[in-house]
Amino acid sequence: MSAVLKPANEAPLIRLRDLHVRFESRDRTVHAVNGVDLDLAAGEVLCILGESGSGKSVTLRALMKLLPKTAKVTGEIQVAGRDVQAMNEGQLADFRGGDVAMIFQEPMTALDPVFTIGRQIAETVQRHEGASRSTADARALELLELVQIPSAKRRLSAYPHELSGGLRQRAMIAVALACRPKLLLADEPTTALDATVQIQVLLLLRSLQEQLGMGVVFVTHDLGVAGEIADRVAVMYAGKVVEEGPVGALMAGPLHPYAKGLLGATVHAGMRGKRLTTIPGAPPMLDKVPTGCAFAPRCPELIDCCHNGVPMLKPFGPDRLARCIRVAARAAQGEK
Amino acid sequence: MPPPAPDHGGAAQPLLETRGLVKHFPIRGGLFGRQMGEVRAVDGVSLSVRKGETLGIVGESGCGKSTMARLLMRLLDPGAGEMIFDGEPVGRDDLAGGISLKEYRRQVQLVFQDSYASLNPRLPIEDSIAFAPEVHGVPAGEARERARELLAAVGLAPAQFARRYPHELSGGQRQRVNIARALALRPRLVILDEPVSALDKSVEAQVLNLLVDLKESFGLTYVFISHDLNVVQYISDRVLVMYLGQVAEEGPVDEIYARPAHPYTRALLASRPSMDPAQRRTEPPLTGDPPNPVNPPSGCRFRTRCPFAEAVCADVPPIAATLSPGHTAACHMALPGSGHSKAGGIAA
Repeated sequence: MSAVLKPANEAPLIRLRDLHVRFESRDRTVHAVNGVDLDLAAGEVLCILGESGSGKSVTLRALMKLLPKTAKVTGEIQVAGRDVQAMNEGQLADFRGGDVAMIFQEPMTALDPVFTIGRQIAETVQRHEGASRSTADARALELLELVQIPSAKRRLSAYPHELSGGLRQRAMIAVALACRPKLLLADEPTTALDATVQIQVLLLLRSLQEQLGMGVVFVTHDLGVAGEIADRVAVMYAGKVVEEGPVGALMAGPLHPYAKGLLGATVHAGMRGKRLTTIPGAPPMLDKVPTGCAFAPRCPELIDCCHNGVPMLKPFGPDRLARCIRVAARAAQGEK
Repeated sequence: MPPPAPDHGGAAQPLLETRGLVKHFPIRGGLFGRQMGEVRAVDGVSLSVRKGETLGIVGESGCGKSTMARLLMRLLDPGAGEMIFDGEPVGRDDLAGGISLKEYRRQVQLVFQDSYASLNPRLPIEDSIAFAPEVHGVPAGEARERARELLAAVGLAPAQFARRYPHELSGGQRQRVNIARALALRPRLVILDEPVSALDKSVEAQVLNLLVDLKESFGLTYVFISHDLNVVQYISDRVLVMYLGQVAEEGPVDEIYARPAHPYTRALLASRPSMDPAQRRTEPPLTGDPPNPVNPPSGCRFRTRCPFAEAVCADVPPIAATLSPGHTAACHMALPGSGHSKAGGIAA
């Protein structure tokens, strides 16, 4: 369900305002996220789409305060009505895996290699819900069945290395769902999977999301994945959201020149023999915060004003946003 | 820039043919490192690459496509089978009309997926590109001259880039260097093993356009190995679908994508995420992961995941049935009289 269709009085699951993250080391400073505002309604699936270095994973990690000490984070981060920035270690330990859970691209590094799958799930239940060992073990079995792992009972006593890639990913999802989180954060969880397994995991995540009514933030670089799972898509470039809107409208007619370029450069059926449209150049090094539009050096629709200050994220129609002065001008003309 | 080696057999003769290529890797373990089993990475693959075409090889992890790339380059010795390059048996210079491995490796080059690991971090890129020609006897000055021409050909201005080290380049630029290096010996065949898989989408499109241009201007033939069905469809003339070390289906690209005959090819194509949220899938085309190539299933290797599997599939390995000229599928359903209840039912 899209945010605009939700009743207005419901508190959003995520409220992110003016998030800035920069990484400081002795040699250089990287401004990874430069002012991100995002809202997520309960039960909504938002895809953050972007290329490497766009700040999508950093944004996701900031929601759980998982960034390293070298990261300087500013801005308002509210998740499930709580101020994440203000939490101490003890509160964070309750919060992570309780209200909010995260799944990763590589289950082999996210799961503990020396404990069985069943133990890792049960441990989460015991830690967060204070359940007894036997209750927790029973829950672990239920969860493995929920994520559709075949012969679940036998798999409880399997170690991560004994499972195939697809099953391992399902086991990680089971750990994440152990305490029925309100919000699931997913960092490219299907990128490393084979095509026939990727679609299985995507369909599983979608059905679990509907079944449990979770909000999901799904980070990906793959437009096809976003098309399969998202309600709403936010496209990131150089640490900023450059376009946001319902998945169907955005895929059918992107507004921002970068989003247009990204869709045009993605190879899909029916492009054989045609020359691919490309985005010239490369994303900016984020040593300095870009003044003006960060996409301007690569933009085919560039005009002089593009360098005068950072464009605002402005509405286009009832439910879409774009950070481009030319799109804003078109929107203004449309209203007249 | 010197011309490539001359053509021998004329346009009709395949540039590269393999017959029954096999590569098994032993698994050692236990006391005294006894052999415990073997990974049947490539198990009897016959293919032919025509002059001037792009042959796409597609499949999931463990299907043997990367082992295939290394076999085709002869970085690995095949356990059995033959390779014939433009009519000449490869590595059989003892025979009249054979081609030596050294000469073969001059005419065939490989581009890897990992653009960083495949370049020497301590050599400026110009020297990396000039290295192979020098090994093959080109004087240093001339080799460097050639390297600069190639850098320009792949879209990296030599004055700006020639003396840079790999870590000073982006992923897309490094992959351009790898492509330039592969072209330095003026090969006739270039094997591309997942060349764009590690790149961002906008850079991927740049490199694909470059590959198309270079094929034209250098008169190349490509073997393009990838797991990305959309990219393979874009770049290939013919496509080979591999499953657990064997060829499941082979044919012209339009034929394979419009009329896939093998149940695996159909499932693979149906697994592509749709960019249109109105056409979302509700059921996955296949369940489970690809089986382990250590102990592949008997008979047809796909039968454990195939919705149409019958008794005959477990007993008899399917042979390739011809559906239309050049389009073959190794499935009992495609072969009339195979004993499968749907035999002949999917003939195109």
